[in-house]
Amino acid sequence: MSLAPKLAFRNLFHDRLRLIATVIGIVFSIVLVTVQMGLYVSFERMVTVMIDHADADLWIVPRGTKCFEDPSMLDERERFRALAVDGVASAVPLVIGFAQWRTPSGGNTPIFMIGSDPRGDGLAPWDVIEGTAQSLNNPGTVAIDRFYFDRLETTRVGDYAEIGDQRVQVTAITNGIRSFTTTPYVFASIDRARAYTSTAANKASYFLVRVTPGANLIQVRDRLRAQMPDTEVLTTAEFRERSADFWLFGTGAGAALFAGAVLGLIVGTVIVAQTLYSSTKDHLNEFATLRAIGSSGRYIHKVIIFQALLSALIGFCLAATIGWIVVLATADTALPVVITPLMTVALLVLTVLMCVISAIAAIMKVTRIDPAMVFTR
Amino acid sequence: MTGPVIEAIDTVKILGDGAARVHALKGVSLAVTGGELTLLMGPSGSGKTTLLSILGCMLTPTSGVVRVDGQPIADADPEELAKIRRERIGFVFQSYHLFPTLTALDNVRLALDVRGENSQRAAQKSKEALAMVGLALKMGSYPRELSGGEQQRVAIARAIVGSASVLLADEPTAALDSENGHAIMTVLAEIARDRGRGVLVVTHDPRIVPFADRIVRIEDGKIIGEERASDRKDESAAAHKNDAADHKGKKRKS
Repeated sequence: MSLAPKLAFRNLFHDRLRLIATVIGIVFSIVLVTVQMGLYVSFERMVTVMIDHADADLWIVPRGTKCFEDPSMLDERERFRALAVDGVASAVPLVIGFAQWRTPSGGNTPIFMIGSDPRGDGLAPWDVIEGTAQSLNNPGTVAIDRFYFDRLETTRVGDYAEIGDQRVQVTAITNGIRSFTTTPYVFASIDRARAYTSTAANKASYFLVRVTPGANLIQVRDRLRAQMPDTEVLTTAEFRERSADFWLFGTGAGAALFAGAVLGLIVGTVIVAQTLYSSTKDHLNEFATLRAIGSSGRYIHKVIIFQALLSALIGFCLAATIGWIVVLATADTALPVVITPLMTVALLVLTVLMCVISAIAAIMKVTRIDPAMVFTR
Repeated sequence: MTGPVIEAIDTVKILGDGAARVHALKGVSLAVTGGELTLLMGPSGSGKTTLLSILGCMLTPTSGVVRVDGQPIADADPEELAKIRRERIGFVFQSYHLFPTLTALDNVRLALDVRGENSQRAAQKSKEALAMVGLALKMGSYPRELSGGEQQRVAIARAIVGSASVLLADEPTAALDSENGHAIMTVLAEIARDRGRGVLVVTHDPRIVPFADRIVRIEDGKIIGEERASDRKDESAAAHKNDAADHKGKKRKS
């Protein structure tokens, strides 16, 4: 085995205090990036969670709709127009809107109603941990998420409350359907949702379209667009992207998270660069000796890069551990930090890149080294 | 004795600019021959280290020719010069310049590692080199665990492990007591005589003169004199003869 990694390892561990400073810099930076990106991913998932769980190939939405929560209405006639288009298998109405939940103790809290036909395609509650989604077929029944037990003062199937002066019974409880707006999602049948949100019987927020098997999605979308000029027709991916763009960038929330991540990277890079540079400066005599005994520039760069990689690896392992602790600690909060396997790999690559970029200053320093200095020291 | 392994011909070196401009070497010619130990002696600021740096391919002369194993190095770039150093020249420095975090064995192996030599073969060669300088039992020691003389021996082992044709030593005994200095010079003299390598030692130290095959004196950037061991023996014999004659004359008068 070449001595370059050994020399890098020994150089790094020779000055433990500096190593600790380097590792703290990397950990601080990567944890910051992890949390910011974890919040970003979590936020992105939350703002598109309804679109992702709907049974739809295409969405017919009111013109100008910016996101799923945009409360505009379509006329039921549009649904029949859609059903007449070649390639459309079904067009299911979906009603959304705000309503008031009266708690058993008499308090009021706003809720976000989701109403679709529980017997057909649409948007039924998922991850049901108590009761069944089919129970929403019964009149006056709703599904809530266990995360909102405190807010809704409801803790089990069978509990009663009121929505807009109408008595409702909880017949299904889900786990993990959380709203980024902190307003609880409440599922009901489409008729009840219309009643709770004061929506006319011939109105719907969206029509969820299924295309016939074998039909070309884009061609069906284009035909629908041609036939329904007063609405917009989007594929699920398009609606997802529009919704995510609105919440992440239209509101500035995503940009703020990104800015935090970038700031973390800059701070980390500066700290690692500073410590690597000062370590190289301290070992300048040794690098000059290496150069004097005939080492190529590449060999010396290898030693410095190994130092950077070792720092990256140690820092990343610690940062990943802290990251997972943060994930576990925030799992049951309104905005949990999410780390995906892809994100973990990306963060490792980012850490390595950050450390290698940080090594550039040190490499530039040794590149200019005069081997003859060994005679004067 | 073989031909010159390294030579500088009519070498001029100007250091600095403007008011700080210094003529460090003023047309110096010096050849180091295989199998010979040459001492380069002179006062501080005489140009010894500059000449050593030029011969060691660390510094390029302002004018003049430098040849290593007969090859001129005039147009070599820094990487080519590094290649010449790692393949043909061994260095021994006044303050050893060992790597404190590596063992004696790894310090020696480093000279082969920078050449990309197979690590097992490099380890074997390094052990042999350390054994040759009398450190077979100290291979696993770190520099801080070795005496000054032992550290300098490690540095010599590092210089010879790559089969360099010439060894350039800068004040190798300056930091050592006379016993250790003597031991180091014995090793360097053996390297020159038994292994046929050229050894050039820059020194102030008059105690090491007896080890030299040749002494070159430099002053103010110029070679001012050169003498061979044989000349010294003749002089010493003549001086001895004169002393004896004087002694006889004085005796007769009395």
